[in-house]
Amino acid sequence: MKILEEALIAAFEAEAIPHEKAAQSTFTVPVGRFAEAAKVLKDAYALLCAEWASDETVFGSGFGIYACYHWGGEYLIVKAELPNDNPTFPTLTKHFVPAYRFERQIHSLMGVIPVGHPDDRPWIKFEDWPSDTFPLRKSFNASTPLMRTDGQYQWLKAEGEGVYEIPVGPVHAGIIEPGHFRFQAVGETIINLEERLGYVHKGIEKRFEAMTWESGVKLAARVSGDTTVAHATAYSMALESMTRTEVPARAQWLRALFLERERIANHLGDIGAICNDAAFAFMLYQCSRLKETIVRTNYKLFGHRFLMDRVVPGGVAADIDSSAKKEILSELNIIEEDFEHLVTIYEESSSLEDRVRNTGILTSELARELCTVGIVARASGLNVDCRIHTPYPPYDSLQIEPPVLTAGDVHARVWVRVSEIRESVRLIRRILRGIPQGGIVTDCRVPLPEATGFAAVEGWRGEIIYWLQSGHSGDVINRCMVRDPSALNWLALEQAIKGNIVPDFPLCNKSFNQSYSGHDL
Amino acid sequence: MIRILRQIFRTGIVTELTPRSDDPKITIGEIKLEDSVKKRFQRSLTVREVDAGSCNGCELEIHAINNPVYNCEQFGIHFTASPRFADVLLVTGPVTANMEIALRRTYDAVPSPKLVIAVGDCGCNGGIFGQSYASLGGIDKVIPVDIYIPGCPPTPTDILNGFYKIFL
Repeated sequence: MKILEEALIAAFEAEAIPHEKAAQSTFTVPVGRFAEAAKVLKDAYALLCAEWASDETVFGSGFGIYACYHWGGEYLIVKAELPNDNPTFPTLTKHFVPAYRFERQIHSLMGVIPVGHPDDRPWIKFEDWPSDTFPLRKSFNASTPLMRTDGQYQWLKAEGEGVYEIPVGPVHAGIIEPGHFRFQAVGETIINLEERLGYVHKGIEKRFEAMTWESGVKLAARVSGDTTVAHATAYSMALESMTRTEVPARAQWLRALFLERERIANHLGDIGAICNDAAFAFMLYQCSRLKETIVRTNYKLFGHRFLMDRVVPGGVAADIDSSAKKEILSELNIIEEDFEHLVTIYEESSSLEDRVRNTGILTSELARELCTVGIVARASGLNVDCRIHTPYPPYDSLQIEPPVLTAGDVHARVWVRVSEIRESVRLIRRILRGIPQGGIVTDCRVPLPEATGFAAVEGWRGEIIYWLQSGHSGDVINRCMVRDPSALNWLALEQAIKGNIVPDFPLCNKSFNQSYSGHDL
Repeated sequence: MIRILRQIFRTGIVTELTPRSDDPKITIGEIKLEDSVKKRFQRSLTVREVDAGSCNGCELEIHAINNPVYNCEQFGIHFTASPRFADVLLVTGPVTANMEIALRRTYDAVPSPKLVIAVGDCGCNGGIFGQSYASLGGIDKVIPVDIYIPGCPPTPTDILNGFYKIFL
């Protein structure tokens, strides 16, 4: 069923032109009707996954602006073509809230203007960058350092009796990535939170354009260090989709094995850290001990503690034999037993329950409005999971039961993680039983010129999207769009924290645990 | 409560002795560590971690040296929330243009004598991100570095061996 595609064609008829070279259904619509397409798709119940721009001057045209929508098992990309001399397009923020940040970022980094956008402050780009710096444009020379200019970020202001502000960051108290948060509070209650991110903007999307298709996967693996397998897999799958490479079945199963191991390790770390923020250090030490067991086994069997660079285009770079299987199974038994003890303790600790229940609630309506993904969405009653709705092998042959809770509080987000650890343990056992024989890597061909590739992979935080575009010759990466789940979920944190007390922010933030690096790129 | 105690007793002590090695990868920068400084810091180090633009991989491993298996507190290494209390700045990532000022200010806030340890390939030389409009390269482009611990990311053992350069 292609509900979104049908809805778009019904509304646009001949004005929606399908793309032939695209790996994912893509339609070009007239610029003037770009926002109308969003409305049509919203009415068909779509969620906005991402919005981005591409500099297509090398193809002899101007800029391309893309919006990717998703519902059920369907992804649909809508494109509008902008002329070089008038790079403007109608904003989508009226229809989709997440477009708010995507478009600020497009404006800041590509210099393409969303007309009618409610906020013209730059995003990612700091006020001390020269205003005509648009790094994602082809004409920009990325290798030279930036000049600094003067400028001041304009914060949203809240005024009134008893209202005060708490600025936090970018250097936080813990061992954590940098970002700035500004709370407006009355008494202990937070009435507004404004995030300002972009501190770890390393220019990754521009950097991709200087890489080869093969070496690009190394960069993708370092978009967010804790999600290295999922990002490398998504990049590889996007590249394979545009070159029509057939990945050996064994490699696909091994990728799933790595993904699930990454999921368990990170969820364990998170559960420990959330409990620690509620002053329950016992859980932190126990969980980090279990996490250490997993990463050590990774190191012993696959040569890297986080499995970096073990997924490559065309397959994987590490295999398992029967003794490795045995080792993983016996490790799982130990972890499972210990973990269940810990879950019982978590459930029975009333002091902990007092902190995690009804804290930082993200309602189901908001979760949908903000198009959240991954654990955050699933804790707020939104059933989204690429492994189930757009399954790629081997997930299409594995039965997965995703946990969906509706409370949307810190506890629900912990509990989604608990259920996912159990599910991943079951999946790994199933993978080890069913893994087919054969090769683990095949040659990945070079894509055709002006082709595009697309992939959506369920990382441990949620859905990761890669969109690749080759240049005027197939060897060149013209654009690599990376959409980490945090790009959407950061907005949800701002909403979930309202009405909570300031001391609950760390707890709430930890339960979201969004990536700064993956967001800022 | 009884379950918690039972779990603690069942777990026992998991801390391991990290193998000390004079790893040739881990190097000391141009500024030689003064003996008096070394002596002063011996067996008690207060560390402030700063992420100047890493991918978060190094942070995971720095967290790991705090876990019960590596338990860096057994060597008197502990992490502080404020640079004002710190002896050592542990810095990761290629310094991003957007973090340069924050890193400088944090460095200035640390009282002398102070040491800077650059962690990870990016911290040592910019790594895969190199130098660009957004990334300035290694930590020593912005503040002086005393000890370099390369690796992508370096293992907890590597990081502890970097600290031993101060203790040895």
